[in-house]
Parts: sequence; structure tokens; C-alpha cells
Amino acid sequence: MSWVNAVIQGILTGAFYALFACGLSLLFGVMGIINLAHGDLAVIGGYVAVALIPVTHVPVVWSFVIVVPIFAVGGYALQRTLLQASLDRGPFTTLLVTFGLSVIAENALLEVFTSNSQSLNIGNLITYSFSINSQITISYFSVVVLALAVAVLGALQLFLSRSRTGRLIRAVADDREAAQLIGANYRHVFGVAAAIAFSTVALAGLAYAMSSQIAPTTGTGTLLSAFEAVVIGGIGSVWGTLVGGIVLGVAQQIGAQINPAYQILAGHLVFLAVLALRPQGLFGTRARA
Amino acid sequence: MSSTRPAALAAPSVEARVTRSAQPSAWLLPVAAGAIVLLVFMPSLLSQGDLSTMVNVFILLTMAVMWNLLAGYAGMVSIGQQAFIGLGAEGVLAMAQHGLNPVASIPLAAIATAAIALPVSLLVFRLRGGYFAIATWVVADTAELVVSSISSLGSGTGSPVPGLSGLSAKSFGDITYWSALAVALIALAMAYLVLRSRLGLVLAAVRDDEVGARSAGARVMRARRIVFAVAALGCGAAGALLAVSQLNVQPSSVFSVQWSAEMIFVTLIGGIGTLEGPIIGTILFFVLEQSLAQHGALYLIVLGAVAVVVAIWAPKGIWGMIASRARFRLFPVGYWLWTHGATRGRKARRLPARLVGRGRGGQGQPSA
Amino acid sequence: MSDPPQAEAASSGRAAPGALLEVEHLVVHHGQLRALDDVSVSLGAGETLAIIGANGAGKSTLLRTIAGLHRPTSGRILLDGVDLSHSTPEQRLRRGVALVPEGRRLFPSLSVEENLLVGTYRARPGPFVPDRIYELFEWMRSRRNQRAAELSGGEQQAVAIGRALVANPRVLLLDELSLGLAPLVVQRIYGVLPELLSAGITILLVEQDVAQATRVASRVQCLLEGRTTLEGRPGEFSAEQIETAYFGMSSTSAVSADADGAPER
Repeated sequence: MSWVNAVIQGILTGAFYALFACGLSLLFGVMGIINLAHGDLAVIGGYVAVALIPVTHVPVVWSFVIVVPIFAVGGYALQRTLLQASLDRGPFTTLLVTFGLSVIAENALLEVFTSNSQSLNIGNLITYSFSINSQITISYFSVVVLALAVAVLGALQLFLSRSRTGRLIRAVADDREAAQLIGANYRHVFGVAAAIAFSTVALAGLAYAMSSQIAPTTGTGTLLSAFEAVVIGGIGSVWGTLVGGIVLGVAQQIGAQINPAYQILAGHLVFLAVLALRPQGLFGTRARA
Repeated sequence: MSSTRPAALAAPSVEARVTRSAQPSAWLLPVAAGAIVLLVFMPSLLSQGDLSTMVNVFILLTMAVMWNLLAGYAGMVSIGQQAFIGLGAEGVLAMAQHGLNPVASIPLAAIATAAIALPVSLLVFRLRGGYFAIATWVVADTAELVVSSISSLGSGTGSPVPGLSGLSAKSFGDITYWSALAVALIALAMAYLVLRSRLGLVLAAVRDDEVGARSAGARVMRARRIVFAVAALGCGAAGALLAVSQLNVQPSSVFSVQWSAEMIFVTLIGGIGTLEGPIIGTILFFVLEQSLAQHGALYLIVLGAVAVVVAIWAPKGIWGMIASRARFRLFPVGYWLWTHGATRGRKARRLPARLVGRGRGGQGQPSA
Repeated sequence: MSDPPQAEAASSGRAAPGALLEVEHLVVHHGQLRALDDVSVSLGAGETLAIIGANGAGKSTLLRTIAGLHRPTSGRILLDGVDLSHSTPEQRLRRGVALVPEGRRLFPSLSVEENLLVGTYRARPGPFVPDRIYELFEWMRSRRNQRAAELSGGEQQAVAIGRALVANPRVLLLDELSLGLAPLVVQRIYGVLPELLSAGITILLVEQDVAQATRVASRVQCLLEGRTTLEGRPGEFSAEQIETAYFGMSSTSAVSADADGAPER
């Protein structure tokens, strides 16, 4: 049944959303930052690869190794400077500042790269697929992305729950002032969390650019999807984000089955339904206003 | 028996007086009336091209005043006002297609938009802060998608607005201008009235201390809903104006998040939380746009960068910086406290209405 | 009316020069409110000083300022002669000043053990490790994996003390240990103080309960509306003197009206 195919494709695209969303969730859970530029960051990651690959002549799949560290460092720097200044200023300032950054980013990309969509060419890798039956075809790359999403989220969960730095991040997220009292420089810890978040969004952006097209305005759509995944899954839960992403992906694919124009709309409707019926999400823990 | 309290702790006696404005406002009314008369007679002074620019100024001004009401006074940061702009525009289109005069349908479309805002508020008010903001964006995107699927409205490619083809270019330009002027003036007047009313007092109290305001009897949810509806009304009117002035309604244009970007940046830079701020910001915006027009998207980049800088380092905006040094207010919506203190002079202190963006972001409670 | 007790006490009972912790002429504002008005504290090594006073007297503000969470308007804070006034809270912890804040402020989503472990983040070398804390509070060992938010008030207070101890501070600041706890629990908490003292820790504690404070402290200092009103050894003062210093008036003097006929206070 093509519905089964829709569900399977939904799970695979859901993995993408989860990958996008985990950085958003981390930034909000730890620092309380709503990063409206999150989608644009992913797109920038893709564009950085697009720009660097011809210059450095490395195989496209190696772009992960180049771009992710750049983003980690950039994320730490941005957090310690602009974002921390916004946080110190007031509760809404980060919203306005990240919105401003989003507008700047999209228009800057427009100026530099024009509005044509681009993609990262990984050659034949993207076309390999296997079929389960006549109606269900699964591309290997999307399975890789699913595995990547599970691996990244799993690693993040382990890091947060077992490691010393992860424990520190959780402590700072719980109570910034008490964390100061045990000797933590919370600004530095915020920076580390931002570095992690930016690394995941770079991963997501690169994977997206490889499997699909990116354009300067792609960021908006991915932001909304990532946000919806977080809310559906529940704020504060790492695995909730994965579930939320999958639910969103499946909803979209089912909507697309009914009518291709309804794909994004279906996602919005599920999101609004969760808002109306269960605002804390499926696995929501903390209620952070 | 005499008191054992040390003398320094005795309370100083203070005589206090509270007024609505710092300056006698008798001269304000004639000046404002004069300005309005001048604006009304603009069509005989300006070219059609300039008039058209003025229309865009009034449209953006209306949006900025509304966003400021939402975010600067009611504390609701929305990035989805384009939903109501688009609905206002589509409303005019739909009514025009059914034979109504497009200009006459501007107020109708605005009211319809405000009516839609009420059930929407039931949904989005479940979230706070940043999540409320993104939810408004999702609502806007949803509205665009739904409208784009309606074929009678031209689906995704949009549709021209019928009903005004009989007018000459000059008549059309003039009528559009006066409609836009009327909408902008009404928007300012509505915002001014809201803020001077009991509602404005509730909003100021909520902004300072929501729990305290609630326990003092303020109906916070109702206040927020009213403001949300008023903002939708204003943005709907702005969208309706767009439909009339452009004679074409395209969903991707009227529902574009760029409207939010412009109204937010304009308000931030001009001075959030003040009525004068959006006016200044809008003027600045158009000056900027005229000078950078040939550089494509550059003006948005510059605007965004300036907005970011202002949000962090000058959160009161241009008017805020002026106002903190002067006692002059174009729109007296606050209160002035006059005290005869121990200094034996008259000291006026503006009772603080806390703006978006002041204060520290840390946790912890100071306790004795 | 005789001189208020503070004038007499000021010249007696002060700690020996070369004190471990010196707070000099501290002025602290909360916005426009002057929370501390020229407060000085001197704490010698091995002492236990109790700051007492009513709500709003400025006691917690004093501790928080010493810990570095508030910046004073003027005044200095010296630890062993080293000026800490411009150090961050993290730096002060490294130097050996640890605060157990009012309201416990444990990390609610972390377990008991994680709270202790996170307290070792910038620990100084010393005898206190999580295992030692489990010896101090036996019940904690079996509950180490429980989330801190699920503990009772008294249990949380113990964990909060443990979290500060594992940093091996020289000066331990205790803010309102007894707040919201049953008397028996409070006594049990205060019962560990002697062991801390024998480990060489100097204690500065804030208490509203005067009886409790005078029981454990070697010296007391009373604050009223941000000023020191009394200071010395507990045995030096009568109950009435402490009451006057605490409230600003004594129950034995009649409530009198000021010149306009309005009642005092």
C-alpha cells in the first residue's frame, strides 16, 4: 500500500527534522534562547560546503569534517558575544536578535549566491536505493540519515547524562546562579552548549544539501518544521525530539498522499492540534515559558 | 517615652502630585490639527509617485503601531502578524469579487480579520514567550497555505482586484492616499485610546508584575485578547490597503514574513513601547529604502543589522533615547510624578513603564 | 534612655586582628533600596559567627554579596588579606568561600549524587569527598540516585550543605538553614556543625531563630534595616538587649506616638 510507503518515508524525513530540532531544543533548554535563525544556520552550513568544496578539492562527503568544526567554533563565539549580550539585556531580546540575524543571513545569502537553488553533489550515492516491494522504495542515503539522527541524539543523551561537562550543562540549565556557586562559569558552559547545538545544525544542513536542494530562503521552512518537531515531541526531552520529528514527517507524508499541496499544511495542522490538546507535547517535562 | 529609632530612618515628608503630561498640552492640539490638515491636502502638493510612497509609509506605520501595541505594551512578541495582513488583503479581494467597492470593503475586511483573530488567540495563547512567537508564524504560514488552495482567490498566483478600473489614475491615487491616511490616523488614535484607558493601565501593571496584577483583580487574559484583536484589526486594515493600492493580491506577497521583519525593525529602531517610536522608525525606514533602493536586498541587511545593534545596546530606540532626556511627549500616555522633596525644588520623575528589553536575564531572587 | 547596646558592644567581642574574613563598610543597594548600610563583619579562623535579624534586615544580602552574587555599591571583602571585591563567584569558590544559599537551590533534575559530583567541579584539595558526605548523612547513601526535587526540605538542606562541602571551602556561608523545616530536623542539621569545625572550616551563618543561633555560634551580630545593631558573644547580652537590637524597640517600652499623632512604625 502506498500508505505504508508514506509512513516509511515519513519516518525517514522525520529523522531529518529531529536532527534539525535537537540543536534548537538544546539552545532553548539550556539558555532559553529561541533561535529564529536556526533553519538559516543549516542552510549556511550547506552553502559553506558548496563554496569550499571547489576550492579545497575534497570529496563531498568530507565536507562534514570541515564544516562541523567551523560551526562548533562559530557557535561558541556567537554565544559568548552576541547571544550572551542579548540574554543579559532581557527576555525578548534574543528573539529579536535571532530574528534579525535570520533576515540578515537570508538576504546576505541571496546577494552572494542568488536565489537559485544548489545542492551538494555526492554522485551516485544519493541514487542507490532498495525496494521492499513494488510500491516501497527506500534510498540508502535516507537510511544513513536516520542512523545519523539516532546516533547523534543518542550520543547527546549519553553526553548529557553521563559526562562531567554534560552534568554541568544540566546544572547550569536548572539554576544558573547555583551553578555559579559551585564554581561554574555559566557563560563558558553556555558557549559549550551552543557549540554542540551549532554542530548538530551543521550536520543537518549538510545532509539536507546532499539529499535535496537548498536556497537562501529554505531556512524558514526548516525552522518551522524543527520547531514543530520540538513542540510535538515535548520540550526538554531528547528522545521526544526524535519522536516529534517522526510524527511530523509521517503527518506530512500522509498529507502529501491526499494531495501534494497539503504536505506542509498537514504538519501545521498536527502541530496546532497538539497545541490545542496537549500543549506540553508527547514527552514534555519542564514547562519553560 | 521617646523613640529608639535612629533619626536617619525617619521618613521624609513628601508632597506628591500626579499629572498626565509634563507640559501644558494646550498647544499640542492645534499643531496636530495643522499637521493633519497638511497631510489631507498632500495630493495637491505631491506627484503620484510620491503619493504612492506616502501610501506605503502609512501602511507600514499602521503595522508598526500595531506590533508595538502587542509587543511593547502587552508583552506579546509576534512574528506572525502577516497572517492578518494577508487575510485583510484576501478579504478585500473576496468582497471585490462579489461586487463590493474595494475601498468600502477596507473596514469590513479589517473587522473580519479581527473576528478571526479571536479563535486564533485561544490557540496561540497556550504558549508564552518565544514559543508564542513561532506559533504565530506557523499560524501565518497555515493561513497562506489554506488561502493558496482556494482557486477563486487565484490559488498560489494571486488575482487582480476588480471594481476600481473605472477611476482615472489621479482619482485612484488620491482615494487610495486618503484611505491610507485615514487608516493610519485611526490606528494611532486607537492605540492612544487603548493606552490611556483602563486597559492601558492593566497592560502596564502586567508588564511589571503579572502575578501582582492578577491578584489585584486585573483581567489579564481578557486584556491580552483585546489587544491581540485590535492588532489584528489594524494589520487587517493595512493588508486591505495593500490590496487596494496594488490592485493585485498574491498570497506569497501579502503573507510574507518580510512584513513582520519590517514592522519589527521599524518599531525597535524607532523606539519600542512608545507611540512616537513607530512614527520615527517608519520615516527612517523610507529614507533608508530610498537611498539603498538600487542595491536590492541590501537595505534589509542594513536594517536587520541596525535592529540587532539597537536591540542589544540601545533597546529604547531613537525616541526612547530622546525621551529620557526630554520631558516632551507627543502622546501623553504615562504619568508624571511631581514631588516637593527635601531638595526644595520641583522634581519630575517619569513613572517607569518598563519596556521590552530592559533588565537582566539572570535567575535568583534578592532577599534580605 | 541609656545608650543602645550597639555602642557598648562595638568595643567588645571583636575578633582578633588578621581575621580570616573581613567585610569592610559594605553598602549594597537593590535598585533604589539600600539593603546594607555600612556593615562590617570580622570573622576569625575557626569561629562560628551568626548573623541574626528580622526579615528584610539584610542578612541574606550580606551573604550573597560575600559570595559574589551581588555587587556592592561600596566596601571591601577580604579573605586572608586578599581583596575579593572584584572576583566572580567562581573565583571566590576557588579561593575557599562557599555559599549554601537560601532555599537550598539544589539542581532539581539532577540526582543527589550528581548534585554532590557537580559540587566537586572546582573543588580545592581537602578531606570532603562525596563518600565523606555519605558518612555525615548516612541516609543519603541509599538515596543517592534519587532526583533532588523529590527529597524533603530537610534532606535537600543536607544535600545542599554537602554540595558546598565537597568544594572544601575555608569559609562556609550558611543562609537560613532552618527555613521551612521542623525543629527536630533543624537540630539534626545543625548537629553536623561541630564536625565541620573540627575539620577546620570557619562558619558564617544567617538565622532568624535567635535561640538556635545563640546555641551554635561563638559570636553573634544583629542586623536591622541594613545596619549592625549588636555584636559580640551570645552570653554578653540580655534577652531584652537582643530584642531591642532585633526589632528596633523593646516590648517593655510603651508604644509611643510621634508628634503628629500617628503611631510609631
